[in-house]
Amino acid sequence: MTQIFAYIPFNNGVAEDVAMEYPSAAGKIDEKASLTAVVTGSGADLDKVANAMTAVYSQVIKIDHADLAYPNADIVRKALVNIIPSDAIFLVAHNTFGMDLAPGLSIKMDSAYAADMVDFEGIDGTTLKGVRQELGGAVSTHVKIDISSGAVMTVRPGSFAPLEGGSAGGSVVDKSGDAGDLSTKRKFLEIVAAEVGDVDITKSDVLVSVGRGIEDEDNIEIAQELAEAMNAVVSCSRPIVDAKWLEKSRQVGTSGQTVKPKVYMAMGISGSFQHLGGLKGNPFIVAVNKNPKAPIFQVADVGIVTDILEFMPVLTEAINDL
Amino acid sequence: MEILVCVKRVPDTAENEFELNSAGNDLDRDDLVYSVNEWDNYAVEEAIQIVDKVGGSVTVITVGDDESEEVLRREMAMGANNGILLSDDAFEGSDGRGIASILKTEIEKGSYDLILSGAQADEGAGQIGGMLAAMLDYPYASLVNKIEVGDGKIIVGREIEGGNQEMNEIQFPCVLSIQTGINEPRYVGIRGIRKVASVDIPVKGAADLGIDAASVGETGAKTKRVDYFVPDTGEGAEMLEGSTGEIIEKLIEKLKAKGGL
Repeated sequence: MTQIFAYIPFNNGVAEDVAMEYPSAAGKIDEKASLTAVVTGSGADLDKVANAMTAVYSQVIKIDHADLAYPNADIVRKALVNIIPSDAIFLVAHNTFGMDLAPGLSIKMDSAYAADMVDFEGIDGTTLKGVRQELGGAVSTHVKIDISSGAVMTVRPGSFAPLEGGSAGGSVVDKSGDAGDLSTKRKFLEIVAAEVGDVDITKSDVLVSVGRGIEDEDNIEIAQELAEAMNAVVSCSRPIVDAKWLEKSRQVGTSGQTVKPKVYMAMGISGSFQHLGGLKGNPFIVAVNKNPKAPIFQVADVGIVTDILEFMPVLTEAINDL
Repeated sequence: MEILVCVKRVPDTAENEFELNSAGNDLDRDDLVYSVNEWDNYAVEEAIQIVDKVGGSVTVITVGDDESEEVLRREMAMGANNGILLSDDAFEGSDGRGIASILKTEIEKGSYDLILSGAQADEGAGQIGGMLAAMLDYPYASLVNKIEVGDGKIIVGREIEGGNQEMNEIQFPCVLSIQTGINEPRYVGIRGIRKVASVDIPVKGAADLGIDAASVGETGAKTKRVDYFVPDTGEGAEMLEGSTGEIIEKLIEKLKAKGGL
């Protein structure tokens, strides 16, 4: 029988949403598989999460150790190698922790590795078929994964239907004693909180958000003028912050701000999943992009294929004339 | 400090509109524009800046075909001192583990204190750095957006969710994957490329590296891409068409209805 283990990330004693998504991912891998949650940490927060997971998972493994109080991937990896059977399937969210943990774990477990899975299509013999994306979401691919000696896979948060509620009536198994040597050459120091900017983009009902299509720092002003006409605020995607054209506090995305506007004007934004991960609350999305194949058109409500640098000034003028 | 930066030649996502071929199972690669993976430029820039401060050298390495030499030259024009091309027909079709194991054999022939890669490349897996570190038993940190080099150790900031930064102290030798935005990669002009046009770049194959050809390439791969496709994502956006005036009129109506105006 296929054994699947799912790593539960949590913050302040509350499991992240992906904890409710692993069961449907596991069901798409093999609906008869056994599914076990794995929670690592320390103290009361860990126990709270482990106990909460018994509603969703029939078995919950907890690993309690002072050195695991912060999820340092280098340490968590050492513990997992001693606890997860080497021929099992191990799932972890494709987030900044999973990306840190999983590739090395696959080597230590001598297992196949597949990253950022968005769908699974079942097992045939020892081959698991799944779906992932490449080139920033421009194309999808089917992959075949040889799971004969196990597999470590990251799954994209939000890609698998979340379980509502749960009545698994599971139990917690304490495997802290099996974690083994947790010494590390990488010591966690501290979290430096994101800088607070001059504008809080999370408070605005309308965002004029610019991406690579803005082309030049001087053109930010064109977006600023449209934002003023719409009584909106300018936000942006990652490349604009990397280029230092706008401050980090204006970035929408998993590595930036999570926003819930009513209307989102995606101007010259291709629409990577990291960017869309910061866009919540089902806003009305208007996408303007020169590239008719831009992934943003798959999620937008209204799309216009044109150059934002020509389009935005005309729109600004039309709105100002209303 | 001896620094190795792993780089890759990839289709440029900013320069291409990706289409499937007529068979519908691969990209139409005829007119694709290739360049160095965007993340790798940040890794090379960071390596050069570290060497400028503490001395040492920067070597850029890639696994690829003959055409991959051009990305090595580009990174050498930025200021990397050496380039190494690992190339063999047997390497084609390798999965991440295969690529990492090929790189490992060359890394073990040198003595590098610091190994950098981009945080991810065209396939979006972000796997090579972490795999290399595990194979070499070196500590690893991904998505690095700050580096301060100290004596025998390094202070590293990782980009985590919500724009926060996770600070770590890591011992050498180590492997780091570099996130965009950590620095501002220098511009490389035609003149810079010309300067390094005739620098010798050694090419090493499976036999030179002592690699069993069956352990890499498609035969050694546990994870294989079967095809490319464009998923049917349902309705998608309602595309507004017509003259600019007509489009703007329709858009303003919709924005009014949805609370945008």
